[in-house]
Amino acid sequence: MTGTNHLPSQASTHPSAQPLLQVKNLKKYFPIQKGFFRHVLGNVRAVDDVSFFIHEGETLALVGESGCGKTTTSRCILRALTPTSGQMLFGTPDATRVDLAKLTRQELRPLRPQMQLIFQDPYSSLNPRMTLFDIVGEPLLVNGMTNRRERVERVAELLRLVGLRPEFMQRYPHAFSGGQRQRIGIARALALHPRLVVADEPISALDVSVQAQILNLMLDLQKRMNLTYLFVAHNLSVVKHISARVAVMYVGKIVETAETTELFALPKHPYTAALLAAVPVPDPRVKTGSVELKGEVPSPANPPSGCYFHPRCEFAVDVCRREAPAYRERSPGHFVACHRADELKLPGIA
Amino acid sequence: MNHATPLLSVHNLQVQFFMDEGIVQAVDGVSFDVFPRQVFGIVGESGCGKSVTMKAILQILEPPGRIVKGEILLNRNGSTIDLAKLNPNGKEMRDIRGAQIALIPQEPMSSFSPVHTVGDQIIEAIRLHQPVHARAARQIALEMFRDVGIPMPEQRLDEYAWQLSGGLRQRAMIAMALSCHPRLLIADEPTTAIDVTTQAQILRLLRKLQEEHHTAIIFITHDLGVIAQMADYVQVMYLGLVMEEGPVDAIFHAPKHPYTQALLRSIPSVHSTPRVNLPTISGSIPHPFNRPSGCPFHPRCPQFIAGKCDKHIPPLRSVGGVQAAACVLYHDVEVPR
Repeated sequence: MTGTNHLPSQASTHPSAQPLLQVKNLKKYFPIQKGFFRHVLGNVRAVDDVSFFIHEGETLALVGESGCGKTTTSRCILRALTPTSGQMLFGTPDATRVDLAKLTRQELRPLRPQMQLIFQDPYSSLNPRMTLFDIVGEPLLVNGMTNRRERVERVAELLRLVGLRPEFMQRYPHAFSGGQRQRIGIARALALHPRLVVADEPISALDVSVQAQILNLMLDLQKRMNLTYLFVAHNLSVVKHISARVAVMYVGKIVETAETTELFALPKHPYTAALLAAVPVPDPRVKTGSVELKGEVPSPANPPSGCYFHPRCEFAVDVCRREAPAYRERSPGHFVACHRADELKLPGIA
Repeated sequence: MNHATPLLSVHNLQVQFFMDEGIVQAVDGVSFDVFPRQVFGIVGESGCGKSVTMKAILQILEPPGRIVKGEILLNRNGSTIDLAKLNPNGKEMRDIRGAQIALIPQEPMSSFSPVHTVGDQIIEAIRLHQPVHARAARQIALEMFRDVGIPMPEQRLDEYAWQLSGGLRQRAMIAMALSCHPRLLIADEPTTAIDVTTQAQILRLLRKLQEEHHTAIIFITHDLGVIAQMADYVQVMYLGLVMEEGPVDAIFHAPKHPYTQALLRSIPSVHSTPRVNLPTISGSIPHPFNRPSGCPFHPRCPQFIAGKCDKHIPPLRSVGGVQAAACVLYHDVEVPR
């Protein structure tokens, strides 16, 4: 059994350094259209005024239930989607900051290698007709490494990095298990020395006994290469394990952001507390589910008034129904969007 | 509990899939008893045979798959009936399915017909098993919808499955499964496709209904957290074999089989310290076509004994009184069956 080796804890506050990525008031609306002339009836507010930052070498997790906009946010950052409004300031190596939201396709081109994606499904994200060499080598070829021998060397190096044997280079994805395929996906994402890696549910499609391997690999690679992760997930246990800070999303908005241990131990938003209480703990002596969250997640096309969480919140008061709470820093590094954040004592998980 | 007669008793069940490439031994000699009011959990990763076992019990295995050996004894009003011997399409089996043994499938979306209203589908199921008129059946369906906590039940009955949210759809599925008062409910990963907060609602609902209706549940999942919260008795499967079984507390607090131990160590928990490497299980689950010789877990086992583990499949033996493990590390008496 491998010993648990402690990674250096990440400082969450870099008072001097600029964040690698700073997202300000990001919005992405999808219009609801009808009829031949496609007149717009309304908007699905998939991402509705989201702000956060990620420092270099840090992992920020974006958690939430399905439909909360976490994937849309990550796709906006990668500019797979063009945001409706907002800023996404990305620090380039020469210390200038560019707004990813404003750039054209041509202007984005040199920045693309710096932002890479690890996909959720290792089965559909690898082309079954390409060998490992083609898959991992394609980003290199596209970005100008035309010498085949150089490419072979780099692909071999990458495969070793993710714990695969370089001899596998000529094989096709079907010869590999889910965990190995995810390693291939990670090798491809790392081929161009990205500075920001967006991992969208990278382990939720894997078997339980393999998940830990991929998590450890991601932690090790981060330590060795000083990678920055935006980790999108719905599983709080996994998030606790990998991230330095966590942002909780609900119906297109971030409701709470804090350092991982603080968020789990001292949640300040009732939704975060309910989410924590809902995780089934693998211990029959600890009965979970004491706090039951009633009702359903509202539709982002037709959200409730005031705070979007008020219809399900047991602490809701009048002001929650009328006004949307401001997303403010309540204690250093702990941002909450709740009218009653300061007065509520919510149960957390140690 | 042991003195009661089991509701369902599976003996040495073997299921094989006869493929063009060869025979896949999906379930290889699984035995278990489910007692009335018990929640019997089967936990395992993909390819361990947990879903195939469930399909064999209901006799809904897809064609290349066949029960080749074993008995599935259902206790019905004092007499036992071997489901494995019944014709899958015969009247007797069809009478048992739904009425005696009901199923909550994994994906409520693909389990409901998209072109019939949810209500019509439940009414059909009720009228198949109970001699009632359409109007009375609708009344029963309505009561079931109220029971499972669906808001505005009258309106929901006339909606289609795609108009309902994931949580409501799963509730409707549970209503349908319970509508004929089955004595055994098979829940095959009932919460895998839904969100955590909804999952907590559904699990709580299942617990409540089980207490009210005294139904026995076979709960199949890969999620150790869910099994710890739901089951009374747990069976851990790996590649078609039972690795370990016992009361839930023993499985989680005193696991005996190296696979169970490794699995419990490797799962990330909300209670763990952040950013610490997890102990892992090396390798991955072998493809069912090249199943390892001997104990199927031996290539990944930290306590592998050369010449022993790779030669024979160890039988399930009683360990520590309450549980049983299939591992050469334990040389106790074989579990009496």
